Amino acid sequence: MADVTFTVDGKQITAPAGTLLIDACKSAGIEIPAFCYYPGLSLQAACRMCVVRIEKMPKLATACTTTVAEGMVVATETPEITQARKATLQLLLGNHPLDCPVCDAGGECELQDMTFKYGAADSFYTEPKNHREEQNWSPVVYFDRPRCILCYRCVRMCGEGMDVFALGIQNRGSSAVIAPNIAPSLSPDNLAHLDCEQCGMCIDACPVGALTSGAYRYKTRPWEMNHVTTVCTHCGDGCKTTLGVRSTSDGAEIVRGDNRDKSGINGDFLCNKGRYAFDFANSQERITTPLVRQPNGDLKPVSWEEAFTVAGKKLRELRDTRGGKSIGVIGGNRLTNEEAYLLQKFARTVLGTNNVDHHRTADYVTFTQALAGQKGRTASWNDTKSYPAVLIVGGDPTNQAPGTAWNLRSDVRLNKARLYVANTSEIKLRRQARAFLQVAPFGYGALAGYLAGDASAASNAALDPTALGGFLEAVKGEEKLLILIGSELRGADLKRLIEFGLTIPGAKFALLSDYANSRGAADMGLLPDMLPGYTPVPTPGPFTEHNIPSEPGLDLLEIFDAAAAGNLSALYVVNSNPVARYGVDPAALKDTFVIVQEMFLTETAQLADIILPAANLYEKSGSVTNSYGDLQLVQKAGDRSGVRSDFEMIVRIADKMGADVKALVPFGKGLRADMGQSRGAQSGEADRHAVWLTANNLEPKLSPFDPWAILDEIQRLVPGYDLLRLQLLSGNDQHLEPAAAAATASRRDLVLPSGDGLFTSGTLGRFSPALNDVQRYQAGEPLIQIQTAAD
Amino acid sequence: MSTITNSIFTPETAARFDHLVTLYPVKRSALVPMLLYAQDEVGYVSDAVVAEIAQRLDLLELDVRNVLSYYSMLRTKPAGRYNVQVCTNISCMLRGGYEILDHCKHKLGIGHKEVTADGVFSLEEVECIGACCWAPAMQVNYDFHDNLTTVKVDEIIETYRAGKGKDVK
Repeated sequence: MADVTFTVDGKQITAPAGTLLIDACKSAGIEIPAFCYYPGLSLQAACRMCVVRIEKMPKLATACTTTVAEGMVVATETPEITQARKATLQLLLGNHPLDCPVCDAGGECELQDMTFKYGAADSFYTEPKNHREEQNWSPVVYFDRPRCILCYRCVRMCGEGMDVFALGIQNRGSSAVIAPNIAPSLSPDNLAHLDCEQCGMCIDACPVGALTSGAYRYKTRPWEMNHVTTVCTHCGDGCKTTLGVRSTSDGAEIVRGDNRDKSGINGDFLCNKGRYAFDFANSQERITTPLVRQPNGDLKPVSWEEAFTVAGKKLRELRDTRGGKSIGVIGGNRLTNEEAYLLQKFARTVLGTNNVDHHRTADYVTFTQALAGQKGRTASWNDTKSYPAVLIVGGDPTNQAPGTAWNLRSDVRLNKARLYVANTSEIKLRRQARAFLQVAPFGYGALAGYLAGDASAASNAALDPTALGGFLEAVKGEEKLLILIGSELRGADLKRLIEFGLTIPGAKFALLSDYANSRGAADMGLLPDMLPGYTPVPTPGPFTEHNIPSEPGLDLLEIFDAAAAGNLSALYVVNSNPVARYGVDPAALKDTFVIVQEMFLTETAQLADIILPAANLYEKSGSVTNSYGDLQLVQKAGDRSGVRSDFEMIVRIADKMGADVKALVPFGKGLRADMGQSRGAQSGEADRHAVWLTANNLEPKLSPFDPWAILDEIQRLVPGYDLLRLQLLSGNDQHLEPAAAAATASRRDLVLPSGDGLFTSGTLGRFSPALNDVQRYQAGEPLIQIQTAAD
Repeated sequence: MSTITNSIFTPETAARFDHLVTLYPVKRSALVPMLLYAQDEVGYVSDAVVAEIAQRLDLLELDVRNVLSYYSMLRTKPAGRYNVQVCTNISCMLRGGYEILDHCKHKLGIGHKEVTADGVFSLEEVECIGACCWAPAMQVNYDFHDNLTTVKVDEIIETYRAGKGKDVK
């Protein structure tokens, strides 16, 4: 829309017509306070805090509902306005408990900030306050009624944002109260409860401490934590999450997960797992000592030195006597890119084997090969926020990638995007869809064929084949189309779907996978036939310098077949649980020397000869790549004494094997770097200088355990990983497009979707008390009512 | 023929509700009248009433409860057979509405929004019932009684207790 110019507090501001006054002022650096206004949600005008004086208007007007107009003259801070806001606050505080000293929101509370600013500390009410006990709505959502200021943010967030509509307002006037959707009369314990996705977005939106998190309430004060911004370890969306961390006697415990500054790729959003399921890191079941199996079968705690020595010696011996090809390596989906790259480099250059694989949750090899030679055809996650049309084939983002579902709902609501859903099930996103096509069972291949022009596939493609024509026409009519593909589509089907999509000039693609770095694991070459960047093993290109065996190795299933046949001398498993995931017969590994790096005694770890206690993604630094190919920075938040990062352990094992560590991790090249001494270290410039050096890829990597040394190599060698350091280090996401070569031969895709929903997260999720609580709650088990610190 | 199978309402009321939803541009506009008629028939808005009305209007039960809880004349617990509503709004107050209310409380042995043990009477203090000219006034179910005195209230209550009130459901 055309721009209009208006005056606020004497300052000329220009903004597009139709902009809300409150937003226009915010853009111009003028803050107008508001409780009920929340960008992206419908307008409520319930709190009256944003009142401003607009010339020629008879009364104070609400800035959150007024759109800017040409020549408008606005005052935002005058004694009159201050008085009005103060009066509003006095009304709000009339029945507010003012229990700030014990309230979770204390220090982060908008009501507290406003009271501080406007000084509305006097109360003119003589009536006793209407106190109600705190309510336990679900294991993760608690409601403290007297603190509520009835801004309706949670109600709108739940309804409009989440499409769940689990919250409402009941009663009237001063008795009005937020109510969840299970009424006390319908609940076995006669208390109100929530039947919802347990995302905690209501808590996030709450400007006060009325809605509090089951994980965090009464645990600590916001200023007593360190806040570390990193990437969530759970699904493939890769949301930025801020972890609140507190020192303990054996490390640093994560107390809170939230979306504190909303600066990440995920915007406002965080789901149940991102918000609550960090607690596996604090689990008492974690392994914190290296364990080595003794001849009598017992696992004996040993020192790190001994564990690494045994591991290195044995691996070296088996490599030298039985050959590298007798060793298998399995990496994880939650390793950093640097670790995944290092692991395959270790396997290929130190162990001398291409028997490298990971639990694949989407067929990225076919995906990148089908897009070989194309530029700008892969979608960033950011595209899901604004693309005018989106087609989802397969998958169920609401459960598998909740952030994607949030973005799509917002895109439909705010940008009137057209959503087309093709799925075998009636997934929830069909409620936002312009068209929903119910695909016949196992019909994705036929659908891809039909879309690609094979009319004979119609009968197997959809439950109602007559609906196909209209659906195809509507999709083809789109000029800019985002095609999101579920992991159900693999190999030839996936290729055919992408070929169809490529006929639409403005189409972009994304393939959804299941874990924080599933994409990175594939990109970094944790595959038997592909080197990093989908470089085929027989034609190593930039990786020629590594002298990698030219024969593709065994894939994950073949590795276990080899073990069963007695041909696998050693298996090195890093952060993966293939034994449970693939139902491997434990007897298959009886003749194999197994080293496992793991947090918990998983099914795989139980079979190990050496168990090395590992740090998780919240306890290390590096980068991860989400399903879409967006690279983000991972920062160390928590810590646990007795565990080490997978990166360090790989390097130490290589060292004990007698490998040239400097060839494995090209560290130490910055020894001559200017470390700030010349720039006035005493005046505090050293830190700033370090940032500059780092941003320009000049920071000294003095340690073989520095992941940035491997990042240098990734940047140098992996096709498509030409990333911007400053972008990464400043916590921003950047979209990467690994440039694969076109497919030469068909291959097994071996995709096994995780089957995770909103409240499960692979093996890791089993060790999260929060997820277990929510699962029990969702299954109808009664809640245990807990007494609070404040009682 | 009701559009809802196994309606909890009588065929007449169900038919009335079927018609009611057709009267408004949006279905949910029928919510408040439907709640009132349902309360008249069932005696209060039960969980079953909420469920069926939500189904009839394509609403969530939560939406129905949100509206239901807003209005004080809608109740979610059974009232007595005779619901005595005493006005204490300004005209009645000036003419002794509170004495009438206190008398009722004493006579029936119950307070505001309470029901007698035998379930015959319930008592409510209400805002203006539109009988200011004959204040103080009260309403028993849908019957008005005005120009009240404590003696008159006793007679009225006894009449109902004897089952002779004309508003017997």
